[in-house]
Amino acid sequence: MRSHIWRPLYVVIGIIFLALVIRGFVVPKSFGIHEKGYIYGWYNKADENFWKEVKVKYRSSEYCKDCHGNNLSLIKQTPHAVIQCENCHGPAIDHPENPAKLAIDKSREQCLRCHSYLPYPTSNRSKIKGIDPERHNSGVECIMCHNPHKPSLNSLRGLK
Amino acid sequence: MITRRDFIKYSMQGIAITAIPFTAMELLKPSGLLAAKDIKKIRWGFLVDTRKCVGCGMCVKACQLENEIPCDANVSRTWVERYVLLKDGRVLADSPKAARDGFISSSIEMGHGKYEDVKKEDIEKAFFVPKLCNQCENPPCVQVCPVGATYQTTDGVVLVDRKWCIGCGYCVMACPYGARFFHPVHHTAEKCNFCYHRITKGLKTACVQACPFGARLIGNINDPNDEVGRIIRTERVSVLKDEFGTKPQVYYLGLSKEVI
Amino acid sequence: MVHGEIWTLKELFVYPNEYIYWSIQIVMYPFMTGLVAGAFVLSSLYHVFGIKELKDIARFALVFSFALLFAAPIPIVLHIQYPFRSMNVFLTPHFTSAIATFGIVFFSYGAIVASELWFLYRKHFVEVSLPLKEKKDKTLLEWIKFVIFRTLTLGVYDISEESLKRDEKAIKILAGVGIPVACFLHGYAGFIFGSVKANALWMTPLMPVIFIMSAIVSGIALCLLTYIIVMEIRKIKVKVKSLRKPWMPKLEDVKGIEMSVIRITAKYLLLFMMFAITLELLDLVFRGYTAVKHWDILRTVIYDKEFTNIFILQYGMGTLIPFIIFLVPGLTIKRAVVGLVLALMGVFMMRWNVVIGGQAFSLTLSGYMEYVMPIIPHDWETFKEGLGGAVSIFILPFALFWVFAKIFPVFGTDK
Repeated sequence: MRSHIWRPLYVVIGIIFLALVIRGFVVPKSFGIHEKGYIYGWYNKADENFWKEVKVKYRSSEYCKDCHGNNLSLIKQTPHAVIQCENCHGPAIDHPENPAKLAIDKSREQCLRCHSYLPYPTSNRSKIKGIDPERHNSGVECIMCHNPHKPSLNSLRGLK
Repeated sequence: MITRRDFIKYSMQGIAITAIPFTAMELLKPSGLLAAKDIKKIRWGFLVDTRKCVGCGMCVKACQLENEIPCDANVSRTWVERYVLLKDGRVLADSPKAARDGFISSSIEMGHGKYEDVKKEDIEKAFFVPKLCNQCENPPCVQVCPVGATYQTTDGVVLVDRKWCIGCGYCVMACPYGARFFHPVHHTAEKCNFCYHRITKGLKTACVQACPFGARLIGNINDPNDEVGRIIRTERVSVLKDEFGTKPQVYYLGLSKEVI
Repeated sequence: MVHGEIWTLKELFVYPNEYIYWSIQIVMYPFMTGLVAGAFVLSSLYHVFGIKELKDIARFALVFSFALLFAAPIPIVLHIQYPFRSMNVFLTPHFTSAIATFGIVFFSYGAIVASELWFLYRKHFVEVSLPLKEKKDKTLLEWIKFVIFRTLTLGVYDISEESLKRDEKAIKILAGVGIPVACFLHGYAGFIFGSVKANALWMTPLMPVIFIMSAIVSGIALCLLTYIIVMEIRKIKVKVKSLRKPWMPKLEDVKGIEMSVIRITAKYLLLFMMFAITLELLDLVFRGYTAVKHWDILRTVIYDKEFTNIFILQYGMGTLIPFIIFLVPGLTIKRAVVGLVLALMGVFMMRWNVVIGGQAFSLTLSGYMEYVMPIIPHDWETFKEGLGGAVSIFILPFALFWVFAKIFPVFGTDK
């Protein structure tokens, strides 16, 4: 007579087998141990491509140069030369196809990122020419008077 | 004509396919078994020069747009911290909305919607510290992921598999740097990946490109001619929280002891 | 809104990405797992160590442990962002993660409990299914019952004296193996927290041991409490029935609560409570004495922010008072019930203080976070991660127990 003692074990083995069959169908074939070993390299290799194929949105000033070379060479002669076009003009993506027109950030807050004066003796921030946003023409857009492409105070647009 | 490399590749694939019925055993295989022969010796490293940062937050804004993190979400892949040390010895620090709008006001966010005004005369020193994922050599977040949804690539970047992540939050808890969070749209673990889509195309990360002051640099630190690698090797750099043994690969110049 | 933002209040300097990601469901999870392990250990005291007085409660504790076993992973499933991907833990387990290992240990443990139950109730399954098989015109309900019980016999109808002897031996072995596995199971729950090096409060090798000790306390407390309640309900039922139908058995004929069971079980409860509190205090003293970098913020969390939760609710009401209640001689049922409820609450607060307390301070070590548990839900997320979700999880094992008790007659012995 066969012993019945092992019956529960058969059930367990059945469940494990079922799990392995499901695993064969569900788990991508590229899932496994990769170069970094089991601790850090246990993953689906195909996912790397997902991250590599993310759309590049910021194309750098080099990309702008071909069509907008004039503006670029203009700003290159000012202290604002260090600022990338896209920091204010927005990511180019596939401009001029997509988007046809970039949404330019002309807000006061954009200028204040650097030009709101902070009294920090040990930081370069205090060395940038800055204003107190509460007192300096509060509520008015900076570009009403200042030209970001010609930031020199000698070339103010409106009334002094 | 089959080259040796192809031969190895095909036989590996053959082994992998025949091993599918034995997937349970595969889990227990020693780690080095599948190690490929031709790992390109790239190791991405990052250098932050805190002395150059002015807290404009352009990097945060660029990062959020480049990596499709909604701007109104109160999480970010990278952020900038402000430290203000007062003459009475107190240290105040904040990072309002991860500094996506920069630091416009001199009052410090204290939580519970409160702000503390700081007078110019009280300040001993003040500085900004940009932060991002450290792409640790021993990433604790990868170690604790129960399903293998986060992993380290051969070039040292830690990525998250959005299709496999179960959203348990264990990796978020395991990161000593607070670099991880849940993506507000995809609801999976999310973090900085050094703009993997950009660096693998030879571009700089969005934050490096957007920084007007050169406070952020990225490079292949294994390359003897690389600027970042050179600075790390020859200058006095430090890393954040090295006591955890994570071996972070974001190096800092001009870090102060108050920075945590 | 980012996950976690709705119930997190930040104070002082906290990293922008930090929120209380692990909320009430992660408190419930080790609490429920602890109850599973504790209930099993209680049942094993009879099966392995042959403590005869616990015969009645052992059978009951085993079935209850099985019911709890099904409820224990629900908090995690509710908490994770992709509940349907929870299978991934079994498909591509990453054994360096305590959560993945937990999945495997949990499955093994479930298999052990289920097998033990099968050996214990095999005779009953055969006895139910055989007459049903003979019966010619079965009603639908009888058909369902027949199919269930026939499946449960696993095709074995041998209930000879000899085979039953074998069953008993198998039960003993399984119960013996089960104890370390139960401890391992719950130790792993402790390891999940204890191994997070980023968290200053969690990281201690004592964590798994503390978890096991308090788990046994909570398991014993809940089993004993449920035992008392079930027995009282039975008494009332019989009373009502015998009033209406005088030919039914009288109250005096029904076996009531055995005071000896309560007294002996309470003794074990006290023993494990002592272990738990000793280890917890050791941990606290050690942290204070060594006072490493993060002690400054931990001290403010422990002695100030979470003082009520830790010292009043957990140590005071949840440990000290039940300790006194069970230690003072002349234990009555009413007193025992109060002591048990408090002990359960104490263990729950211990879980709360670990999970929520561990997130009450920032990784910056200079800021705090406060958990505001959603009470009134306004969407699914605030329900499951709020009071409603926690209460549902707590009720679930009782509902399951009610169902399981229909298949596994818990109090069959006294008929």
